[in-house]
Amino acid sequence: MPVKSYIEAIREGMRDEMRRDERVIVMGEDVGVKGGVFKATDGLFTEFGEMRVIDTPLAESAIVGVAIGAAINGLRPIAEIQFQDFIMPAVDQIVSEAAKIRYRSNGDFGVPMVVRAPYGGGVHGALYHSQSMEAMFCHIPGLKVVVPSTPYDAKGLLRSAIRDPDPVLYFEHKRAYRLIKGEVPEEEFTVPLGRAATVREGDDIAIFSYGLMTRFCVEAADAIAADGFDCAVVDLRTLRPLDLEAIVGAARRCGKVLVVQEANLAVSVASEVAAIVAEECFEYLDAPVMRLGGPEIPAVPFSPPLEEFYMLNPAKIETRLRELAAY
Amino acid sequence: MALTVTMPQLGESVTEGTLSQWLKQPGEPVDRYEAIAEVVTDKVNAEIPSPSAGRMGEHMVEEGAVVAVGQPICTIESADGGNGTAQPEARVEEPAAAQGAQGAQGAQGTQGAIDTGAGAPPSQRAGAAAPGSAPPPPEATPPAPPREPAAPAPAAAAPAPPAPAPPAPAAPSPGDGTHLTPAVRMLAREHGVDLSQISGSGVGGRITKKDVLEYVQRRESGAAPAPTTAAPAPPATKPSAAAPAPIEVLTEDRLVPLSGARRAIAEHMVRSRHTSPHAWVMVEVDMTRVARVRAAQRESFRARTGADLTFLPFVAQAVVAALRRHPTLNASFGDDGIVLRHDVNLGIATALEDNLIVPVIHQADRLSLSGLAVALRDLTDRARAGRLRIDELQGGTFTLNNAGALGTVLSQAIINQPQAAICVMDAIVKRPIVLEGDAIAVRSMMNLSLSFDHRINDGLGAARFLRTVKELLEGIDEAAIAL
Repeated sequence: MPVKSYIEAIREGMRDEMRRDERVIVMGEDVGVKGGVFKATDGLFTEFGEMRVIDTPLAESAIVGVAIGAAINGLRPIAEIQFQDFIMPAVDQIVSEAAKIRYRSNGDFGVPMVVRAPYGGGVHGALYHSQSMEAMFCHIPGLKVVVPSTPYDAKGLLRSAIRDPDPVLYFEHKRAYRLIKGEVPEEEFTVPLGRAATVREGDDIAIFSYGLMTRFCVEAADAIAADGFDCAVVDLRTLRPLDLEAIVGAARRCGKVLVVQEANLAVSVASEVAAIVAEECFEYLDAPVMRLGGPEIPAVPFSPPLEEFYMLNPAKIETRLRELAAY
Repeated sequence: MALTVTMPQLGESVTEGTLSQWLKQPGEPVDRYEAIAEVVTDKVNAEIPSPSAGRMGEHMVEEGAVVAVGQPICTIESADGGNGTAQPEARVEEPAAAQGAQGAQGAQGTQGAIDTGAGAPPSQRAGAAAPGSAPPPPEATPPAPPREPAAPAPAAAAPAPPAPAPPAPAAPSPGDGTHLTPAVRMLAREHGVDLSQISGSGVGGRITKKDVLEYVQRRESGAAPAPTTAAPAPPATKPSAAAPAPIEVLTEDRLVPLSGARRAIAEHMVRSRHTSPHAWVMVEVDMTRVARVRAAQRESFRARTGADLTFLPFVAQAVVAALRRHPTLNASFGDDGIVLRHDVNLGIATALEDNLIVPVIHQADRLSLSGLAVALRDLTDRARAGRLRIDELQGGTFTLNNAGALGTVLSQAIINQPQAAICVMDAIVKRPIVLEGDAIAVRSMMNLSLSFDHRINDGLGAARFLRTVKELLEGIDEAAIAL
């Protein structure tokens, strides 16, 4: 099976869906001739032309607004927001329009749209190119939120997102683009939305994470395995809707839970997972639920040592795992 | 390192206190200055703070025991002496980015130092405020003790034994001092495990889920004792109270155990009656003028201070002034003689629902009527809210009791030791009074009585004191009142 990078898998996911379904279009800033700032759409313009790969003005509200209109009228648009940090002007379109149209029209209209956006720090992107803002979208009924952590999932989840009848936010960790590689089959496949994946088996501690942090969690779990602690790592993959069955099952089996995310913790995905565990697994807990995330400071700093301080890494996760293991 | 905590000196004349409640059980983590026990002395409930962060060690006295000042009560296993390999104690406390900047730059960007900060999410930082819900303090966490080579956890895989559901021990055996997580409780219930048979491998000796599962596995292989139905020995909790004479409790009677406060009051009253030969005198005071002054000043006083102007500050002021003139009433009886107190520290007897306390206005003779009124209100409010400081309950030299507020007209109080007397103002009621010139008028009358220690004063001194108070109150001059 060929090994692909995370970004190649995303590119191929779009390409294959565009080949399969002519209603699929791509639009965004510099996605056409340039092929995207990260080269995620590289080659699509050449293959599919300017009618299906559309360079837009620097106006995120318009990108998403046009995509909503196109989706309601029968297309399957993929709107690229260059950095998740820039999604704010489009939030009104996403939250107030896209998320609500099916409900508002009593099911007559849907918005089969994917909004792709690179998120996350650790690439010296500083304040405006490093944020992790998934939690605010997870709060909104009517949206689905997907964050892949492997090339396989990146491609399979993107294809499912494109085929989904309702709006899906698809967040890609920009540091994972070329850092993470993995096997991706040539033949067609999809990964279902709303399903977590157990990427590492274990009975002592259940670790829940997503995106780049999943990879770090596996490394940390491997590091303490030598001392006799078997950690399960559950990659949430879809943050809304969360896979309750997977969360409750792993938490009950292990009795100790660590939730890890890059974003700060207040009112976050980790908060939601911890709440689910508290509500559904109380009788099974053998330790307080533990969360690990970024510090409560306004942004990822630019200075390299400060960015190091902000970002999680396998060593930081291992430290918390050892605390939980010893409890 | 274990520190021994001794009974602190909770008051100048306090030699002992009743340890009414342990707030920390053995094994529980404690922060420095966190309250570990409640102590009741004659008049005050106080909390004993922990001298150090760490864990509660052994309780050396039982709840309800009377403990002399200086006697050891418990040990604290201090965190200071722990292993030196844990993380540095000072985690970086953001959220100020600038602080983070200093921390990281100061460490020259070394990985370890940076990790320290970001590795501690807010929940950990807030942990101190929520004991039990937080992970163990970092200093108490040894770096991953190497465990026995992963014996496969028998968890769900092991076929559940036909659990005959023996009555699982209701509680862990007391004394191990560790709390049980829900998972451990559930497993113990399911498998009928007597948790006292298991020694915990978790932090602070906590019994972990794994410990229970391993125990069950061993038991099934015959290596551990079968579940015992014998209940663990009930803990001996009842402190033996030195009852004076056995009182029979009949079938329909109800026994109300003595609260710490009730016991303290009882002991104090008996001691006072035994110590001081109580004598008692009373005068009638015409409070009509005071009532008039009060009525005239009430609104402006309320506007200025927000408080209602009661009769109590008027009487308090007169009592304080009279004590200045009759120092033998502001005194104590000592072995070497009578001690005349320099300061007039006026105690105000304050009845609470289940307690009786006497907050003290120190140097009451330095306060104006208005100052007394505000101080009285403040003390009684805080007394009812249980917010008095210990020093506000100490050092009284004379006690005033406003029993009249409860409607009584004749009260005989017991002296608040080691004072010389206690004064009671009874209810102010309107009565027909024969004035000079044999005219009859309706006047506001109050009985003012004094229980005094006959060792210090005779009837003469007591009567003179009361007469002075009476004259001050009856002769009150509205114009001269500096409200």
